[in-house]
Amino acid sequence: MATTSTHYRTMPEGRRSTGWRALWLLALLFTVSTASTAFAASDDFEQGLALLSEKSFSKKGRAIELLVASGHEQVLPLLQTMSAGELYYRKSDDRIVTRRDADTGYEITDAVSGEALGTVGRRDVKKVAINNTLRSQLTQAIAELQLGAADPGIRKTALEAMLSELTADSLPLLEKRRRTEQDDSVIEVLDIAIAVAQLESSERSVRLQALQALEGSLYPSVRNRLVTMTANDADAGVRKAAEKALITIESRVNLFSNLETLFFGVSLGSVLILAAIGLAITFGVMGVINMAHGELIMIGAYTTYVIQLLMPNAIEYSLLVAVPAAFIVSGLVGIAIERGVIRFLYGRPLETLLATFGLSLVLQQAVRSIFSPLNRSVETPQWMSGTWEINAIFSLTLNRLYIIAFCLIVFFLLHLILKRTRLGLEVRAVSQNRQMARAMGVRSQWVDALTFGLGSGIAGVAGVALSQLTNVGPNLGQAYIIDSFMVVVFGGVGNLWGTLVAGLSLGVANKVMEPWAGAVLAKILVLVFIILFIQKRPRGLFPQKGRAAEG
Amino acid sequence: MLIKSLLANDRGGRILLTALLLVSVAVVASNQLLPQDSMLHVPTYTVTLLGKYLCYALLAVAVDLAWGYLGILSLGHGAFFALGGYAMGMYLMRQIGDRGVYGNPELPDFMVFLNWQELPWFWSGFDQFWFAMIMVLLVPGLLAFAFGWLAFRSRVTGVYLSIITQALTYALMLAFFRNEMGFGGNNGLTDFKDILGFSLQADSTRLGLFIASAIALAAGYLLCRSVTNSRLGRVSVAIRDSEDRVRFIGYRVEKIKLAVFTLSAVLAGVAGALYVPQVGIINPNEFSPLNSIEAVVWVAIGGRGTLFGAVVGALLVNYGKSYFTAAMPEAWLFALGAIFVLVTLFLPRGIVGLFNRDSDQPSKARHPTDGDDSGPVTTAALPQEAH
Repeated sequence: MATTSTHYRTMPEGRRSTGWRALWLLALLFTVSTASTAFAASDDFEQGLALLSEKSFSKKGRAIELLVASGHEQVLPLLQTMSAGELYYRKSDDRIVTRRDADTGYEITDAVSGEALGTVGRRDVKKVAINNTLRSQLTQAIAELQLGAADPGIRKTALEAMLSELTADSLPLLEKRRRTEQDDSVIEVLDIAIAVAQLESSERSVRLQALQALEGSLYPSVRNRLVTMTANDADAGVRKAAEKALITIESRVNLFSNLETLFFGVSLGSVLILAAIGLAITFGVMGVINMAHGELIMIGAYTTYVIQLLMPNAIEYSLLVAVPAAFIVSGLVGIAIERGVIRFLYGRPLETLLATFGLSLVLQQAVRSIFSPLNRSVETPQWMSGTWEINAIFSLTLNRLYIIAFCLIVFFLLHLILKRTRLGLEVRAVSQNRQMARAMGVRSQWVDALTFGLGSGIAGVAGVALSQLTNVGPNLGQAYIIDSFMVVVFGGVGNLWGTLVAGLSLGVANKVMEPWAGAVLAKILVLVFIILFIQKRPRGLFPQKGRAAEG
Repeated sequence: MLIKSLLANDRGGRILLTALLLVSVAVVASNQLLPQDSMLHVPTYTVTLLGKYLCYALLAVAVDLAWGYLGILSLGHGAFFALGGYAMGMYLMRQIGDRGVYGNPELPDFMVFLNWQELPWFWSGFDQFWFAMIMVLLVPGLLAFAFGWLAFRSRVTGVYLSIITQALTYALMLAFFRNEMGFGGNNGLTDFKDILGFSLQADSTRLGLFIASAIALAAGYLLCRSVTNSRLGRVSVAIRDSEDRVRFIGYRVEKIKLAVFTLSAVLAGVAGALYVPQVGIINPNEFSPLNSIEAVVWVAIGGRGTLFGAVVGALLVNYGKSYFTAAMPEAWLFALGAIFVLVTLFLPRGIVGLFNRDSDQPSKARHPTDGDDSGPVTTAALPQEAH
């Protein structure tokens, strides 16, 4: 193939059009006599190319046939350009080119080799004009070529794109392809495509069979086809079958849209859990109302931002660095808050609330002064963007999937720390009975500081996750503080599992209500629900039992 | 006579009310009698600013009644303040009549803008001043009553109560941001023209509103003082210090809390209603949780459980806010935050606590200095105060 283009370029300029027409006749003869397909194919290509600059539409039609028959690898892009109406030929030598606007005239490039041919005047190139007949021929040819592509992915996408415009004419092509197709996922779409094409069949039984094959198919274009069929088909039995197929499709669509809502709900829930879980430690286990919790999240998000500034060439790995960094930074700030302020206010929760609120104002203003009040953009690494397509209407965004996974990892790590480590044991001992723990030799002040640092560090880690979902700005924390408290209170103070369940159920409830209530109203309803719920069960979903709960 | 008996044991209150009277008279006199270029002339702008502070002070008194005397740290009093403000704002909106941008005699501008054809039912009646004034009292009162009835009956106390009051005001803020609610959405209600036929731009109206605010503050103060001096007040202080004991003695704790909390909310509503014509706008930001917490801080700084401390705190902090936001806008949040922390750490009885040793203020059994034994307590359902 490579030889063709070099050959093409060394052609004598000028008389090519006519000379090659003669050659084409020769080549035809040659093909018949010798069956030398390789040679014929490359000749077909040159022939077709030459015919493209003809005025007559029928000759251009012949050109397309020849080009397709040649099997040349440049044919598909060439035809696509032509179909888009962006193919031109140079008047001086009929060379097929594409053009780009330049200061004077056009910058032209060879359409096949991509060789730059310099700038020409505005009148030196002419468009390869197409009409409607040609356009449908082109569409057909492009489809055929794409179906023959080596990559099954391309074949599949091509088929999916074709679904909406399939007619009975496409049937032979599709059936031919079906006989040779190897790839399972392509076969699946091919069968649907064949069935769609058969819907146009004049025979009732064929249409009915096609309808049966299409039952449960999720492609929107299939659905549209069936909707028109239920209204327009001549045969009552077929209309009925189409309706039946539609009902099956609708129920499957509903199922998947419900799954999608669930997924959105779970991912919102994970965000809530991440934001709240640090609070579940400081508020739940220690009983400290930390209104600056949101700002610790914000600090985590800004840590991510700074890390990305520090390693601009390794954004892919920046998050892996940012997670421990944010944990340490927020954790240290947390320990400083505990040692500097909260330690003096134990046993006076309302005062703690006020003092930490003051701290949150100071932290916000500090960030505003250091980083400016504007939002900062944190980049998303390549591996986190993209979607995971499960079928035509159901796909999951990867970053949300990662957040869900991350949330679960953080949750279970925290659970392990509290249940399996020495620190966790001491934390639980101190929170259950401070005097007794001290009598056993636990350094309660040390444990207080570390517990608070742990909760704050987790908040920082949540900030890393949030930096991938929302804007990083000084108000980031404020947006989450009320939600976080709601989650912890709803789940039951002092209970990590409660936080998990509460976060997930609030997230899902929010997303379930969103379609009919709107985002804001859904949020209001959730808040009102929690306010009422607290009245009914003041200690949350999973209240603490035993003497510790009596306060 | 009545006032004298109310203030018999209230030296701070006597000083405060006297000062309020003197300052009001002085301000009005200087604004009216002194020439513009005199050193002592108080410009109308300052009069309105002072009037705004007085409204804040009334809100602070309301918060102190609930927090200082009943032990309910409400982080949602801003909601009652804003509701009172909206009731007044609706009246002022109706007074605009056909002088709005769209010139619709019936509908406020924002409704014309949203293509609404007729006034929603909840707007009817607000063209009457008396009706609006009843709503100023009724709406915050009813909300507080319903909220308190649910919360106190199921014995939601302490931090939990604080957090759900915060959720309440947050939910209301989100709701009022919605255009569909019919309260002007994001922009709120503004462009007011006149009140009771007097133009809001006129100096005399502004002076009148200032005087009304001063009278409302004084009346609100005396009302709260009469409550705290009464048996009701003494029981509520007992509830603050030990709710369970009061319940075991046989008092219906819920009813007492409900009564005091509702009164406090109504006062906050009145403050909001006086505030709106002076600042000329009411929008959903008034519901933001930050505003409510700020009101709590005024009380904490002034000294809670004293009533006059709340007034002192509100005036000082707001003066500081006006000064700082003009002089060094960057520094205001630093200063406010630092004040929060320092006051809670070092001035648990507030500024007036420095001067006043024998007040109703809650005593602190645990001082910041005896740190060791007073570690964190297991659950958040802590007693309001250490016994």
